[in-house]
Amino acid sequence: MSRVQIMTGNQAAAIGAVLSGVQVVAAYPITPQSQLAEIMSQNVESGKLHAEYVRVESEHSAMTVCISASTVGARVFTATSANGLLYMHEQLHWAAGSRLPIVMCCVNRGVGAPWTIFNDQQDSLAQRDTGWIQIYCRNNQEILDSVIQAYRIAETVYVPVMVCYDGFVLSHTMMPVEVPDADKVRAFLPPYVPHTVLSPENPKNLNPVLFPWKREDTEGVLCDGYMEMRCKLQTALDRSREVIAGTSRSFADVFGRDHGGVLWEYRTDDAEIMLVGMGSLASEATMAADLLRSEGIRAGVVGIRAFRPFPKEDIRRALQKAKGILIFEKSISYGFEGGLCSEIKAVMYATGKRAPIYNFIAGLGGRDVKSGELAEAAKSSLAELEAGKPERPTEWVNCG
Amino acid sequence: MKKKDTNVAAMCGPQIGEGGKTGDWRSLRPVISHERCIPFQKKKSACFLCWLYCPEGVVKAGLPIEINLEYCKGCGICAEECPPKAILMVREDKS
Repeated sequence: MSRVQIMTGNQAAAIGAVLSGVQVVAAYPITPQSQLAEIMSQNVESGKLHAEYVRVESEHSAMTVCISASTVGARVFTATSANGLLYMHEQLHWAAGSRLPIVMCCVNRGVGAPWTIFNDQQDSLAQRDTGWIQIYCRNNQEILDSVIQAYRIAETVYVPVMVCYDGFVLSHTMMPVEVPDADKVRAFLPPYVPHTVLSPENPKNLNPVLFPWKREDTEGVLCDGYMEMRCKLQTALDRSREVIAGTSRSFADVFGRDHGGVLWEYRTDDAEIMLVGMGSLASEATMAADLLRSEGIRAGVVGIRAFRPFPKEDIRRALQKAKGILIFEKSISYGFEGGLCSEIKAVMYATGKRAPIYNFIAGLGGRDVKSGELAEAAKSSLAELEAGKPERPTEWVNCG
Repeated sequence: MKKKDTNVAAMCGPQIGEGGKTGDWRSLRPVISHERCIPFQKKKSACFLCWLYCPEGVVKAGLPIEINLEYCKGCGICAEECPPKAILMVREDKS
C-alpha cells in the first residue's frame, strides 16, 4: 500500500534507493548529502535492505567501488555533493565509458573556495561532459520517484544517471511524499541485467588500451577503436531522451505521477515571456510567473529536468512562441555566462527565430532566492525585450 | 567481411596478443648469457627468478630460458633480479 509521509529530500532519496533494491552502497559523507548516506547505512545495518554497505576513505573510492560492483552485476547506489563530486570526476568518466548503470544522487552544493556548505548547482554542472545522464528534481516527491526511474533508464541504455537535487532547499526541507508500494516498484523495475556478465567461465579483459585505429582481435573480430567506443556512448545518450520520456510515462501509468520526462512546463500555453531553470529554482520561478501574470505579463516556466541528454527538440517546441526567454541558473561558466543559457541559445539557433535570450545568475552559495526577486529581475529586462535587444549582460540577481 | 564489434563497452578475451605487439615499445632488450644462467648450468629447474618477477609473463622457464621479444617491453626487472647477472639490458639502437 502506498502511503504519504512527511520527509526530507534526503529521506525521499534513501527510500527510492531502498525500494529499488540496491545491492551495494558505497558513499563518503559530505554535507548536505550526509543524512542520505546515514539512512542507507542504517537500512543495511538493520537488515531492512539486503545490501553491502562499503565504507570508503574518499569519494573517488566510493565511485570505484560502485564501478566494480556494477561490473559484476550488482545494482549500486551512491551519493555525494560539491567537492566530493569533484573528487570523483575521473571515476565519473570511467563509469560512463564502461557503460555501467550506476545511480548517484548529487545533493547540489556550491563549490569551494571559498568554503560554502550551501546550495547552488556548480558541482553537477561542472560534470556536464562526463557522459552521465543528469536529472534535476524540483521537490521531494520527484526525488523519490526519480531515483526509481533512474535505475530503469540507466539499465535500459547502460549509461549512469545522476539524480540532482538542491542541498538544504530540498535535502533538509520536509514535504509530504507518497511512498510507492514495494511490489509495484519491483514490477516497474526488473532485475539488473549487465551488458556483459563477468565470470570465470567467460573471462574478459575490460577496458583495455584502445588505439586510434580499429584492430582485429585474436578471434578475428574487427574491434572498435577509442573513437567508435566514444561514438557509441553519444548514441546511447541520444537514445536516452526517449527512454527518459517513456520511463516517465510508464511511471505515471503505474503510480499516477508524471514529473515531465525531459522537461516540464507551467502556464506556457499563451506565455510570451518564458522563465527557464532547473531544480528548485525553476519551481520558485512558477511563483514568479504567477506574480508576473497578476501584473498582466504573460509569463510561463520551462523546467529542464534532463540537462544531459539535453532535450533540444522539446526545448525548441516549448520555447518556439516565446517573445523573450529568461534563463535563471545557480551556476556559471566563468569567463562567459550561465551554461544553461549558452545551451538554450545553441538549441534555438536552428529554429531561425531570434527571440532575445537573457541570463540571470541567482542563489549562488545558498543565497535565498525569492519568487518576488525573480519576478523583479524578469521585469527589469522587459524594456530591452520590447526593444528586441538580442543581448544583455548576464545579471547577478540580488548580488552586491 | 569481418565480424562487427557488438560490445557495449571496450573489452577483449584474455588471449596472447590482445593488447597488441607490445615488444615494439622496448628501448632496452634483454640479452641472456646462458653460460651464467643457474638453471642452464645445473641442467635442472632452479632459480627462475626472471620468470617469477617478469610482470608481462614473457619469460619461459625452460632449459634454456627464453624471452618472447614480441611482447617483452624491456623493463629490465629480469636483469635486475638475476643473481649471477646472466641477463644484460642492451640498447635496441646500438645492438
